[in-house]
Amino acid sequence: MSFPGLINSWAAMALMMIGFYAVIAHGNLVKKVIGLNIFQAAVFIFYISMAKVRGGTAPILGDNLTLFSNPLPHVLILTAIVVGVATTALGLSLVVRIRDTYGTIEDEEIRAIEAAE
Amino acid sequence: MIVGQLPILQVIVPLLAAPICAILPFRRLTWLIALAASLLALAIALTLLDQVLSDGPISYLLGDWAAPWGIEYRVDPLAAFLLVIVSALGSVIMLFAPTSVAREIADDRIFLFHAMYLLNLAGLLGMVVTGDVFNLFVFLEISSLSSYVMISLGQSRRALTAAFQYLIMGTVGATFYVIGVGMMYMMTGTLNMADLGTRLPAVAETRTIIAAMAFVVVGIGLKLAMVPLHFWLPNAYAYAPTVVSAFLAATATKVAVYVLLRLVFTVFGGPAMVGLPVDQVLLVLGIVAMFGASAVAIFQTDAKRLLAYSSLAQIGYMVLGISFLTATGLTATIIHLFNHALMKGALFLVLGCVFLRVGSVQISQMAGLGRRMPWTMAAFVVGGLSLIGVPLTVGFVSKWYLIQAALEKGWWLVAVLILLSSLLAMIYVWRIIEVAYFRAPGDDVLQIREAPVMMLIPVWILAAGNVYFGINAQQTIGAAQSAAAVLLGSGG
Repeated sequence: MSFPGLINSWAAMALMMIGFYAVIAHGNLVKKVIGLNIFQAAVFIFYISMAKVRGGTAPILGDNLTLFSNPLPHVLILTAIVVGVATTALGLSLVVRIRDTYGTIEDEEIRAIEAAE
Repeated sequence: MIVGQLPILQVIVPLLAAPICAILPFRRLTWLIALAASLLALAIALTLLDQVLSDGPISYLLGDWAAPWGIEYRVDPLAAFLLVIVSALGSVIMLFAPTSVAREIADDRIFLFHAMYLLNLAGLLGMVVTGDVFNLFVFLEISSLSSYVMISLGQSRRALTAAFQYLIMGTVGATFYVIGVGMMYMMTGTLNMADLGTRLPAVAETRTIIAAMAFVVVGIGLKLAMVPLHFWLPNAYAYAPTVVSAFLAATATKVAVYVLLRLVFTVFGGPAMVGLPVDQVLLVLGIVAMFGASAVAIFQTDAKRLLAYSSLAQIGYMVLGISFLTATGLTATIIHLFNHALMKGALFLVLGCVFLRVGSVQISQMAGLGRRMPWTMAAFVVGGLSLIGVPLTVGFVSKWYLIQAALEKGWWLVAVLILLSSLLAMIYVWRIIEVAYFRAPGDDVLQIREAPVMMLIPVWILAAGNVYFGINAQQTIGAAQSAAAVLLGSGG
């Protein structure tokens, strides 16, 4: 398998793990949400590049257009992006409420407050 | 003509009722809408179950686009059975809701709670009817997002952190699922479950599909709270409003088990499965859940959290039933879906009554409650006995089939383990019963009155269901067996 080979998949997986690491390792809740976003974006890239046909055009009718990219994964990802936006909005609004009631958005400090109760 | 549209109406009714509730800030009115939508969904589900059992599976093409290209809604006996469970429990819990919700959720948010409940119901019903793996993801997210909101409505500020934790883990799970679906699409070019089932065997040995199976099972495992992916569940159930805990415990985990069944059997091919040994993984995790979660439940001081851990253990039984990959094992899992919904629904609703009168669900605060709230606590005893698996309750029917399935396979050790883990259930149920009946009531408990009749009726509908379907199990077993047969048939 020659270079670049499956470089798209490698890139998507690398990005995915960066995001996943941020979700796990960061104590700051906003950074967790950002990590989640990177994680999801990596999956979007994975889908989009999977459907791209080298030299293919958008699936439209026209003269001399015979090679098309697969539109279905692209459409699926439109849906997934909407879901991602909703998740981010909800996650951030929860962070706002947490900040209001706990006075902090650091995971460790929240745990300390909860343990002290 | 309308009969042909039932599969889509099943989802559309609650989905359209939700925004109506969201723009009407009158909690009585939105409650009526939510109850009416739930009852309508139940009526549709019962009609579908009846049709499916007599005429065979229904296939509904969305927008009339032909199957592997368009989205197909597919109602077979298993799906119809799940639709009945979800919408029936939703209806009973909505009947119970007004008093409990008024006590636990701020007045100006109750209409929004109803909107979120309806969205959740729509999402769960959608996950069950759909025959398309990506459409399933969309419904999964609809139900997940609304359940994060419902959990965050709890009184304690810990409800917020519990909801946030669930949001993070739930989203990771859903995204894992999407990765797996993407990989399967890459290799087969289809998203239709049945179509995937026929095309996967040809490519099943490839590394892509093995990775896809792992991603999908872990993703659904997170939604299912399969040990060791369960960390979000105890907090979420403990701090959510009791009505929400009851609804999620009775329906959301059931639908996740259903999705796992669909994936393992319809998509991966069940007994013919190659690639990843999903069944062996499930076997081990199921047994770990049965013991680990039950053991942790024994040491809880909060009754809601105790029931949450008990739910994890019960999910273990369901996962164990799947791992047998036999008709009896599947029957046990499917019947336990229904039975566990009945028991946990009843038990959580009892805690709703306790919270209304006592203001807490700490076990220590429940001393002497058996005398003050006899009807409420009697329902708890019935639900608790069923949880243990005492004969004449539904819990016994589930355990009976599960043990039979283990013996059929010749797995004596597993059968013994099932019995032993039931003993653990006896300990944690007994802890609450002992406090409620054999401890002298404290001064503050003496003031307590029985819960209002409007709450006791739904509690006792579920408690009576535990006994009725325990003695008269033919109908449910019949439905579960035909559902299991369809799953195995499509797996060949």
